[in-house]
Amino acid sequence: MTTLADAWSWLTTSAHWSGENGVWHRLGEHVFLTVVCLALSCLVALPTAFVLGHLGKGGALAVNLANAGRAVPTFAVLVVLLLSPIGAYGDWPTIIALVLFAVPPLLTNAYVGMRGVDADVVRAARGMGMTGGQTLARVELPLALPMVLTGVRIAAVQLVATATVAALAGGGGLGRIITAGFNLASTPQVVAGACLVAALALLVEGVFEGLQRLAPTGARGSGA
Amino acid sequence: MIAPPDDCLARNEWICGAYLSTRREILGDAVVQHLQLTAVSVALALLLALPLAVAARRWRLAAGPVLGVTTLLYTIPALAMFSLLLPVYGLSAALVVAGLVLYSLTLLVRNLLAGLRAVPEETRQAARGLGYGPVRLLLAVELPLALPAAMAGLRIATVSAVSLVTIGAIVGHGGLGNLIYSGMNTYFKAQVLTASVLCVLIAVAADLLLLGVQRLLTPWTRGRAA
Repeated sequence: MTTLADAWSWLTTSAHWSGENGVWHRLGEHVFLTVVCLALSCLVALPTAFVLGHLGKGGALAVNLANAGRAVPTFAVLVVLLLSPIGAYGDWPTIIALVLFAVPPLLTNAYVGMRGVDADVVRAARGMGMTGGQTLARVELPLALPMVLTGVRIAAVQLVATATVAALAGGGGLGRIITAGFNLASTPQVVAGACLVAALALLVEGVFEGLQRLAPTGARGSGA
Repeated sequence: MIAPPDDCLARNEWICGAYLSTRREILGDAVVQHLQLTAVSVALALLLALPLAVAARRWRLAAGPVLGVTTLLYTIPALAMFSLLLPVYGLSAALVVAGLVLYSLTLLVRNLLAGLRAVPEETRQAARGLGYGPVRLLLAVELPLALPAAMAGLRIATVSAVSLVTIGAIVGHGGLGNLIYSGMNTYFKAQVLTASVLCVLIAVAADLLLLGVQRLLTPWTRGRAA
């Protein structure tokens, strides 16, 4: 219990919140990394998944990608990138690793959502004279939206987690508070940092759950 | 004066045969530690998940909290999870195992519950009609039928655990993660790449092994899939 009290007093010390190593700065880095990488990975994964799903090709790739993403340790990829020539470019190793880990859930969920659209509905759309692009935009996309949103939610939470691990490899973000705490052998700081990261992850999950609930009725649903 | 050897270790190359032959013992130890941490945590998680899933299946009221709490635990990033457990376990292997158990729990409980719920009501009634008590119904009918879903969860949990063990390097008990961590600090490329590749190989091997076990345990699904 004393550790929790110490962690609380660490969190309520205003000196720990300001400055380059302060909570606000680290939180800003964490959120910035998460948002930039989420946007980048959506740009890469979603159009690919929509086209593949529309054409009905590359299913094995889309599904196996998620499994492969799980088998490759984030930390290992980060360190390999850091020691490679890319490592000289500041935040890029972290950003590339983050995008690599956010793409599989996005791609897989969007693809599964696209393929889950009732084939009869697609045929009806074609029968009404819709072109391929119209079918994609007006029929398949709205119906696949719940799964797509689920993928975005999983990717966002995954990004928060991966951005934390980036601190082990010298990147920024809230993880730095934890690693600095380990280096100082300061358990209160480690626990305080962990609480902040956990709170951020739960907040992101909560926000996306709220967004899914706010989405139009058709986009609700309990995708896996 | 002896000139420094001009091999791939001195040149710090990514792929290095000399590294493999000179550090065989270190690599072996790390692999063994990695396997132990994974196996112990997944086994413990399975032991915990089974009663939780059965309870959630029996009592509707228990399902919500069980799924809610395990999902909550799953959302917390691994590094934060290990750090939160630090005051309880200190810098020990138990810390890594406890963290991994909490992670695997989510996947196992969800899949077990889905498997148990998918058992058709008719099957259950037929077994009851044959005079099966609740325990025998669970062990002889429900669990075998839930096996494919449970094994799918077990495979995902194991693969995730293999990859998450590396984060344990923060407390010095990360199996191959320790080698990656120290290799990062010393810019030892061969060590980082070798340990990373071994990590992925372990995950793939574990997945294939469990797939084989699943085939052996559920012979009745084999004909249908083909």
